[in-house]
Amino acid sequence: MTADTEIDDLLRGLAPQVLGALIRRYGRFEDGEDAVQEALIAAAVQWPAQGIPDNPRGWLITVASRRLTDELRGETARRRREETVASLAAPDEPSAPAPDDDATADRDDTLKLLLLCCHPALSPASQIALTLRAVGGLTTDQIARAFLVPEATMAQRISRAKQTIRSAGTRFTLPPEGERAERLRAVLHVLYLIFNEGYTATSGPDLQRVELSAEAIRLARDLNRLLPDDGEVAGLLALMLLTDARRPARTREDGSLVPLAEQDRTRWNHDVIREGVALITATLASAAVGPYQLQAAIAAVHDEAATADETDWQQIVILYDLLAVIAPNPMVTLNQAVAISMVRGPAAGLESLEKLDRDGRLAGHHRLDAVRAHLLEMAGDVVAAQAGYRSAARRTTSLPEQRYLESRAARLEPGDGSSDR
Amino acid sequence: MKYVVLIYSNPATWETMPAAERDRVLGIHNRLIDELTKSGEMLRVDGLGHPSNTKTVRVREGSQVVTDGPFSEAKEQLAGVWALDVDSIERAIEVSAPIAEYDTVEIRPLMDLSGLEM
Repeated sequence: MTADTEIDDLLRGLAPQVLGALIRRYGRFEDGEDAVQEALIAAAVQWPAQGIPDNPRGWLITVASRRLTDELRGETARRRREETVASLAAPDEPSAPAPDDDATADRDDTLKLLLLCCHPALSPASQIALTLRAVGGLTTDQIARAFLVPEATMAQRISRAKQTIRSAGTRFTLPPEGERAERLRAVLHVLYLIFNEGYTATSGPDLQRVELSAEAIRLARDLNRLLPDDGEVAGLLALMLLTDARRPARTREDGSLVPLAEQDRTRWNHDVIREGVALITATLASAAVGPYQLQAAIAAVHDEAATADETDWQQIVILYDLLAVIAPNPMVTLNQAVAISMVRGPAAGLESLEKLDRDGRLAGHHRLDAVRAHLLEMAGDVVAAQAGYRSAARRTTSLPEQRYLESRAARLEPGDGSSDR
Repeated sequence: MKYVVLIYSNPATWETMPAAERDRVLGIHNRLIDELTKSGEMLRVDGLGHPSNTKTVRVREGSQVVTDGPFSEAKEQLAGVWALDVDSIERAIEVSAPIAEYDTVEIRPLMDLSGLEM
């Protein structure tokens, strides 16, 4: 079991390096990606029985190269392209382990792969699937299970994504300096989506299901090692750590949700909190500020409060004010309203929700109803609060959220003594 | 986001439709199913038997009553179900609209076990 996990970790870490080496030799992302998957599967079968080879990376490159050249020979034979077969049959490097001047190349490869998998021509769902396979080294089946879709559907998504990349004429190079920042934002967004998919899961640990938040944290750590001076990469990693640290307390055993204010903070992972706080503190001191860093800073303020009552809401309001300036969006306004109500009272919070009513983008969104209901409850308007919780419960498509919102509404039932928490 | 697309259809419309028109409309269905399968957005497609093959089951005050025929007496009956996984409700509407020429399509979100604490 432990040995298998060790092999699995080793393989997944090597996956982008091996793929990068193959693309550099043969220049074909989509075929190289299939060949690497086959080599990873071969290793997962053979290594536990036969032991890990002395040079695992070289072994994988050799096996994947062989698969790829077989594939390309077959294809070229079919197409009778005699001139290419000669060059493909004789790769410029023999199948011996590659020399380790490749350390820098490996680093660049992982970054290039991430940027390629998060190419703007792809939909978010495809970006996620391709990133988890090509960079994360997960199998199609593992990705499909994690997203609760049939394997055939996920296979189609990955294959379509690869076609799109091919037809976009994408080359395996770093994008020009001018585009790089924007392309990197897309990578961060994809990692954030993967994290959230894992974090919001409420069912207990499923041995058949890859833990997506851990996978996102692993990829963010890799990216942070590659780009240590990028404040937003560090900010995203810190945000993930500071959020994930609360996971043990965010659900009860039956899968029901525990709001932040009611969580048993002794169950938070304090080692992870320390790591996240140290990271965001160092980053804010040295890098240009960005939205992930601010969100991480807000998470850090929550995580550092020993009890909900000790939360430094004043500090959180300041951070949300900054966030609303550099990355305004309705969800920020919504969270800002909660923070404002904690400092200046529910009436002030409700007043800032009016902005969202005028804006309209969150109209009909269950979270707007839920926050309004919460503020109305704080203000003592029980009837309106109850109506708000019920409306939010009807609108959410999450069963655990619905259950939570219905329980909040039920607590406000006249004569229910439990409403005065 | 996962949605089901419930396709309601009046069997009489289809029984009286000229063959060429029927082929054209079914062609649109097949093309869409193929496209959505290839893009990795279609999770599942099911066609339902004729409403006359329906059994409706109720248990009232402990006794089971099984009747022939559908629960609803409407002319339009559920004829097919798609399960989609798409980026937005707008996308679900866009891909469902072409099959609503004769039928009526209802799009409903699937409930999710994931959730965010508040």
